Amino acid sequence: MTQPSEVLLQANAVSIAYGDQLAVNAVTLPIYQQRITSIIGPSGCGKSTLLRSFNRMNDFIDQVTLTGKVTFNDQNVYASDADPVAVRLNIGMVFQKPNPFPKTIYDNVAWAPKINGRRDNMDDRVEQALRQAALWDEVKDRLQESALNLSGGQQQRLCIARALAMNPLVLLMDEPCSALDPVSTARIEDLLFELKETLTIVIVTHNMQQAARVSDFTAFMENGVLIEYGPTETLFTNPENKRTEEYVTGRFG
Amino acid sequence: MTPQAQLLKKRHRISAAFKLFCLSVTCLAVSILGILILEVTLLGLPWLNADFLTSFPSRFPEKAGILAGLAGTLWLVTLTAAIAIPIGVLAAVYLEEYAKPGRVATLITINIANLAGVPSIVYGILGLAIFVRFLGLERSVLAGAMTMSLLILPVIIIASREAIKAVPSSLRQVAFALGATRWQVTRDHVLPQAMPGILTGVILALSRAIGETAPLIMIGALTYIAFVPEGPMDEFTALPIQIYNWTSRPQEAFHELASAGIIVLLLVLLIMNATAVWIRYRGSKNKFK
Ligand SMILES: Nc1ncnc2c1ncn2[C@@H]1O[C@H](COP(=O)(O)OP(=O)(O)O)[C@@H](O)[C@H]1O
Ligand SMILES: [Mg+2]
Repeated sequence: MTQPSEVLLQANAVSIAYGDQLAVNAVTLPIYQQRITSIIGPSGCGKSTLLRSFNRMNDFIDQVTLTGKVTFNDQNVYASDADPVAVRLNIGMVFQKPNPFPKTIYDNVAWAPKINGRRDNMDDRVEQALRQAALWDEVKDRLQESALNLSGGQQQRLCIARALAMNPLVLLMDEPCSALDPVSTARIEDLLFELKETLTIVIVTHNMQQAARVSDFTAFMENGVLIEYGPTETLFTNPENKRTEEYVTGRFG
Repeated sequence: MTPQAQLLKKRHRISAAFKLFCLSVTCLAVSILGILILEVTLLGLPWLNADFLTSFPSRFPEKAGILAGLAGTLWLVTLTAAIAIPIGVLAAVYLEEYAKPGRVATLITINIANLAGVPSIVYGILGLAIFVRFLGLERSVLAGAMTMSLLILPVIIIASREAIKAVPSSLRQVAFALGATRWQVTRDHVLPQAMPGILTGVILALSRAIGETAPLIMIGALTYIAFVPEGPMDEFTALPIQIYNWTSRPQEAFHELASAGIIVLLLVLLIMNATAVWIRYRGSKNKFK
């Protein structure tokens, strides 16, 4: 965090309800460009719901209502003329469980560029995305094998490569390491540092050490409310809120 | 013995008795089927030869063959598949992927389920009124295929919907998150994953169409046809009609011919069902988790 950074993505007083059950309550959270922001908090506090609101993935759940604004480059993602497909091209996502398509490694990465009409130089695109995800060396000789033959950690890096193939500006990650062993987790954390050079990352994690290790900013949520947000170091060593202190020192949650 | 142990013993006895009961019911059903097939085979097998497969019906049993019926059935099933599969699968895609859940969707669902239970003769009457008379298709194989399509559409739609519903929603989510439109997600991921289930349902539905007689009699598919249909507008007959016709003759030889016809029909069904099993087996190897 040597140079100051701009806010690229921002939740403005965002409230999200499933039916009449409020899951996210008036959260305002800036996401700085080329920084890693982590969202921590006890399970069920609304981290995933908030994360999914950034790329409109909650649209697919029945009876979800959202109030407030999510702005990307100062444009409201939920404006009536905003196209959710265009939003998702700029804001990629990696899910909790490694979930490659049951296709070849190559086709996993190539699918998104293909359906978006970027068929030129496909081999280069695939290679670049796999390199960015630090997977190229392991799979370059077996691109036509099924992605399901990869290990869990490799599959998750393939999912990252798949999301990167569209060159998004933001990468949302929902507990991307929770299904992985410590070695695979460490590799993905290293990867995050490299990706940060070009990419803005929001990562949900219930692993506080992970948040402390990788992120520049941390947001702590509880019961749908953003309790505290700030530079990771401040939040972990000198939190303002008592609940934050209790949580990060492991006294609950 | 403690009451606890006594109770346990009793429970095991009941369990064993139930297993025996199920086994005997299964044996009964299988053996009845076995006897039926055995009788048909014994009667019909001597008649089953190349001449039988390549001859047209005749007044003389030794000259009569199944060619017209077999060709008619193959025409019928091909045309029915060409009509019913696209319509049925697309309807299922619409209902599962596009239609908003609500009262209208529920109404449609209930109606389709009810249509699956309507007696086939009713579809025959409908086919006679609409396709044969109103659209002027006469007694063509096309009219027959359209009638059969009506009959099996509910089954295809229901089976396809189940197959589509079984595709994990996480697969759709991943694809949407990559900036895909609903059509791209459906075409590239949902349909390929659902395909084994859809094809199994389709083949079972087509098997039903092959065995149906009533609607074809209703729309007037003829029995005495001494030619193979050469186009969708030609008149035709079908295997079950030929079989039915032979069994209603007084001479014993024709009954044996009917048995031979039944063997041919069963073989066609067996081939189709084996295909369904094979497709399902192949599809199960490439599943999204
Ligand atoms: N699809 C859904 N339908 C209804 N309620 C949901 C759904 N997803 C999450 N919730 C509820 O919203 C709240 C927040 O969930 P979530 O955002 O998944 O929390 P977290 O990711 O922090 O564990 C929880 O109370 C959860 O039960
Ligand atoms: Mg979550």
